[in-house]
Amino acid sequence: MIDKIAPSVSAALAGLQDGATVLIGGFGTAGIPTELINGLIEQGARELTVVNNNAGNGDSGLAALLKTGRVRKIICSFPRQADSHVFDGLYRSGQIELELVPQGNLAERLRAAGAGIGAFFTPTGYGTELAKNPDGSPKETRVINGRPYVLEYPIHGDVALIKAERGDRWGNLTYRKAARNFGPVMATAAKRTIATVHEIVELGALDPEAIVTPGIHVSQVVRIERVATQAGGFKQAA
Amino acid sequence: MSYTRRSKDELARRVAQDIHDGAYVNLGIGQPTLVANHIPEGREVILHSENGILGMGPAPAAGSEDYDLINAGKQPVTLLPGGAYFHHADSFAMMRGGHLDICVLGAFQVSATGDLANWSTGEAGSIPAVGGAMDLAIGAKQTWVMMDLLTKQGQSKVVQTCSYPLTGIGCVKRIYSDLATLECTPDGLRLIDAVDGLGHAELERLLGLPVQAPAC
Repeated sequence: MIDKIAPSVSAALAGLQDGATVLIGGFGTAGIPTELINGLIEQGARELTVVNNNAGNGDSGLAALLKTGRVRKIICSFPRQADSHVFDGLYRSGQIELELVPQGNLAERLRAAGAGIGAFFTPTGYGTELAKNPDGSPKETRVINGRPYVLEYPIHGDVALIKAERGDRWGNLTYRKAARNFGPVMATAAKRTIATVHEIVELGALDPEAIVTPGIHVSQVVRIERVATQAGGFKQAA
Repeated sequence: MSYTRRSKDELARRVAQDIHDGAYVNLGIGQPTLVANHIPEGREVILHSENGILGMGPAPAAGSEDYDLINAGKQPVTLLPGGAYFHHADSFAMMRGGHLDICVLGAFQVSATGDLANWSTGEAGSIPAVGGAMDLAIGAKQTWVMMDLLTKQGQSKVVQTCSYPLTGIGCVKRIYSDLATLECTPDGLRLIDAVDGLGHAELERLLGLPVQAPAC
């Protein structure tokens, strides 16, 4: 019998290796797998590469993970925020490597990883500073039908940590509103995907027409409480 | 002759006037979001938000915020009847694939031929952040910039060649500003309109660039 339901966050994260590339979903207050990030801090893996749209806010969640010093490199589109002081400090003191990627290229590089694409030509970033490799050399470009493109490579994850809304024991997932963001594409791009949900339902209870991430892309599902914090996604009536 | 700058709301109204019925539009963070308040009566315009929303509605009433439903600026929004959610790769495919009609962005500088600089001032020691700026700039059928024509120091933000790091090349079609509306073409700037009392020669003097007369 297939049963992807994990009893706890710590059980789901067991065995995560040092040096792993960790894809972490979420955009703003929506879809951040806070419980899994906290679990990762407890789990203790080091020398991580983290892929997220941002680089942490305030002192909790991803910022707290960065603060442990266990993240070697972050791949993101928008690290600078009003409250990104943890990342800012590490970056300025040279303690973290940054690969800055236009947001759509980030999403497409993840999609390419999940879809078995070797590399792709994108018009985004052509002629800009971000069409350069980390060593400053230009990325490969090509003019196709008169339009210039930059060659971009996939981003594969060892593990993806995402937040969904409902799931079943096969790992099928639905999401809630704009909390969907990077979840479905990161789920496809990692060797192992761990999803939190607020509700676990019987097989067949999710409308097959409405399943967003089919269980083939999901390794483990953990149920978590819906918490009334901004970072948890849903702010309950006080 | 004297002239008066368009206020932020007047400028937003001027942009909104040119958005056609049925348009799919992405409004950038900051000033462009004001445009949503000025869509003329009777025009149905569908707003896209890069984080995965089509049919985005206005901010919710105080107390009804849902932090799973936010815009690109991470502010709570609402969804209109008929609206839809989708994931990030689909959202940016919508942009990059040329499916959006209009994208309205802010800018630090725009060149006469439509190069855009709006993501970084290139200042040493600053922390870079790009977000969806580069995808938006090159993706929509038309990219419009909304900004003040001059810096606070009185320098033109419309330039021959951008000195700030580029967001995209030749991607801006129109500049809506507090003093004039301009079209960027491969041959340079062309006037669409200017505020009352601002003559052609004075506009060219402010810009330090030649401006072709409006197309007939």
